[in-house]
Amino acid sequence: MPLKVLLFLLPALVSMQPGNTRADTYPSTYSPLPSTPTLITHATILTGTGVRMDDASLLMADGRIVFVGKGEAPEGVTVIDAKGRWLTPGLIDVHSHLGVYASPRVKAHSDGNEMTDPTTANVWAEHSVWPQDPGFSRALAGGITTLQVLPGSGNLMGGRGVTLKNVYSLSYQGMKFPNAPHGLKMACGENPKRVYGERKRLPSTRMGNMAAYRAQWINALKYIFDWAAYNDKVASGKDGIKPPKRDLKLETLAGVLNGEIIVHMHCYRADEMLTILDMADEFGYKVGTFHHGVEAYKIADKLAESGVCGALWADWWGFKMEAYDGIQENIALLDRPPGSCAIVHSDSSEGIQRLNQEAAKAMTRGNRAGLAITPERAIRWLTSNAAKSLGILDETGTLEETKMADVVIWNGNPFSVYAKADQVFIDGALVYDLDDPTLQPVSDFELGQLTGTEQ
Amino acid sequence: MKLLCILLLALTFTFGATAQAQNILIRAATVHTMTKSGTLEDTDVLVSAGKIRKIGKNIKTPPHAASIIDAKGKQLTPGFFAGINSLGISEVPAVGESNDSSLSLAEMRPEFDVVPAYNPNSSLLPITRIEGYTFSLLGADAKGSIFSGQGRMVVLDGGYESFIGSSVLFINVGRDTSVLTGSSRAGQWMLLNQAVQEAEVPPSAADSALLTRTGRSTLARYMDSGTVVFDVDRASDILETLRFADRHGLKAVISGGAEAWMVAEQLAAAKVPVMLDPLSNLPGNFDLLGARLDNAAILEAAGVTLAVSGAGTHNARKQRQMAGNAVSYGLPHAAGIAALTSNPARIFGIEDQQGSIRRNKPANLVVWSGDPLEVTSVAEIVIINGEMIPMESRQTRLRDRYLPENPVMPRAYIKP
Repeated sequence: MPLKVLLFLLPALVSMQPGNTRADTYPSTYSPLPSTPTLITHATILTGTGVRMDDASLLMADGRIVFVGKGEAPEGVTVIDAKGRWLTPGLIDVHSHLGVYASPRVKAHSDGNEMTDPTTANVWAEHSVWPQDPGFSRALAGGITTLQVLPGSGNLMGGRGVTLKNVYSLSYQGMKFPNAPHGLKMACGENPKRVYGERKRLPSTRMGNMAAYRAQWINALKYIFDWAAYNDKVASGKDGIKPPKRDLKLETLAGVLNGEIIVHMHCYRADEMLTILDMADEFGYKVGTFHHGVEAYKIADKLAESGVCGALWADWWGFKMEAYDGIQENIALLDRPPGSCAIVHSDSSEGIQRLNQEAAKAMTRGNRAGLAITPERAIRWLTSNAAKSLGILDETGTLEETKMADVVIWNGNPFSVYAKADQVFIDGALVYDLDDPTLQPVSDFELGQLTGTEQ
Repeated sequence: MKLLCILLLALTFTFGATAQAQNILIRAATVHTMTKSGTLEDTDVLVSAGKIRKIGKNIKTPPHAASIIDAKGKQLTPGFFAGINSLGISEVPAVGESNDSSLSLAEMRPEFDVVPAYNPNSSLLPITRIEGYTFSLLGADAKGSIFSGQGRMVVLDGGYESFIGSSVLFINVGRDTSVLTGSSRAGQWMLLNQAVQEAEVPPSAADSALLTRTGRSTLARYMDSGTVVFDVDRASDILETLRFADRHGLKAVISGGAEAWMVAEQLAAAKVPVMLDPLSNLPGNFDLLGARLDNAAILEAAGVTLAVSGAGTHNARKQRQMAGNAVSYGLPHAAGIAALTSNPARIFGIEDQQGSIRRNKPANLVVWSGDPLEVTSVAEIVIINGEMIPMESRQTRLRDRYLPENPVMPRAYIKP
């Protein structure tokens, strides 16, 4: 069968596998916290769709957004006067290691990088997440309502990422964003070739990186074919057919090839990103988002044309060779072409606390370069574009009717170093309040530390 | 001889032209003097021959054609402090041969000094100074030793000899234990005390010496005068540092100081300044359990002298965002500016050259597009030692290469 025909049939074939990508295993047990219908009035609203509304209202009830702008509020609704304050969708960080490199960053908490083999598509970051990481509470104070926790970048195929609601729970399952697709973390460039090159094994070069990915995709295609052949035989009524052996690594890769798992590719250099796009064409999959992409500005047109997002830093650069060409206009230039998908990401337990400030810096640099970026446009970088990257834009990432009521009230314009999240709502529930210590969660680890020294 | 005369004339003319071009009058600025004069509205500043000559209202335009900057009320500050970092010492940290900040000899070498490795032609200098930073403290990092080594303040004008103030010794105590430091912080103090004894009385041949002869004389010099920066976070370690400094008559500065707020009164009483990262608020390790965003505000209120440090080398420009966050969590705005200007200058004894806007002082000035601590503001004009620096760097050139859309020829032909 020609490859193209096979690929065309892939979704159908793979869906016949028992359990296919198994993204529904270890299922989410998240349920929204209690909420009351709440009307926020007189706010400056950035909807995340590119629109700004002044002196506008938002109503949420039963965990969902009922209206944005103007509308009828029911009797007995809780009213919050947000005069002088700003409303945005809950912020989304597509690149976090909270839980897998938890604070305190002791060796016992170093669970993010399974650097024992260059391709560990079989590992799932969620199985490393420590839900007591104090970092979740700090991110919440910064308005983060959703985050993707990814494995590290030591491996070519580092494993599956997981998308979480930023609520404290005893288990990661209790945080797991319902029905969010899994991600596959992959990595280009220096990290994998350094880690494995030092051990005198493949890959020790960039060409070695490519050969190793391609070998895995070839294995994944055979895996898909073997399962399809098995399913065909079962369907034709044959008895006693032994199923192929389940392979966790190939199951993940098959999930990418059939479009169920989104590729999140750590890649810095423009030329490498272009090579990766060709590889995706070769094997018939799509790259969802390039992460870090310090040189994304060099190929902004191509990324927009390919429908690939770029999750970038505002100004972090230069720590290694492939990060040497970083510029502060990277996000703004990536954002320029029509169809672009620029995202501000953190990759940091500090950065995730102030994604709004990172966006403000990127917006400012864009404007100084003449790109005329408004706050209503820039807010997309940490809300709707991020939601699109994670495959959850139908549910969150914008303030629109029927979406999850993931909402932040800022004490002023969020594009400021002085801005703070006043109140954070997740699925309509007030889960953080700047002025109310009873609505500021504390992880088990931090409770009772330094007892007797509190001021 | 005739040729030499012509050359001399040409040189004289060039220098004269430069001096004249750098006769700068800044009109109608909001001037953060960082002196007792405070912040002056609608005020002019005249710069000539590298120095600040006049500060006042409606200064007459000098007879020699001057560059006149109409600030229109914009903020004018002294040049900012870039923190403790490795500017000019480390180009790409992961590329070992371009990075000279650390010493991997497994020995105690307080004499290790990064200054001879300083390269003012590093791409990081323009990248940092066009963001409003005019001085930096070169740090050292001798791995695994209590003694990280020595560094010095440097002016970011790109000169080969632009060091100011005295050398500074860095000592690292706390969780960073290793074989060399005895894998215990009690062992660290034991070894530190032994080192001090060796500096006072050279060990006999029978003793096993910790330091080389040069190391002993280096340490002896700091015990006599000079500044020692202790990288330390935990409250109990800070107190031990204060006791150690007091016992040996050292001028100590705390760097890190995540739990400094817990011992703010002791720090104030000992007049020991703190260089801190105002963004530190996570228990990243067991020395940081008390890290909190209002650390700076609490210390300031207790009367401790503060400087901001911790943005590292490549993103040293983040310093002012860090100060802005401290202000957001209770530090007075003027104290936030001081933590980037007058305070670091005073801590390291270079207040005659950096950190304030004062008559007859070298002109290190920045005109900001808005609030200097705000993430939506940028430095618009940067003056170092009286010269307006070109607002260009390798990064602005890369930007300008990729800003034009759809060029016909490859971008390698665009050379901004």
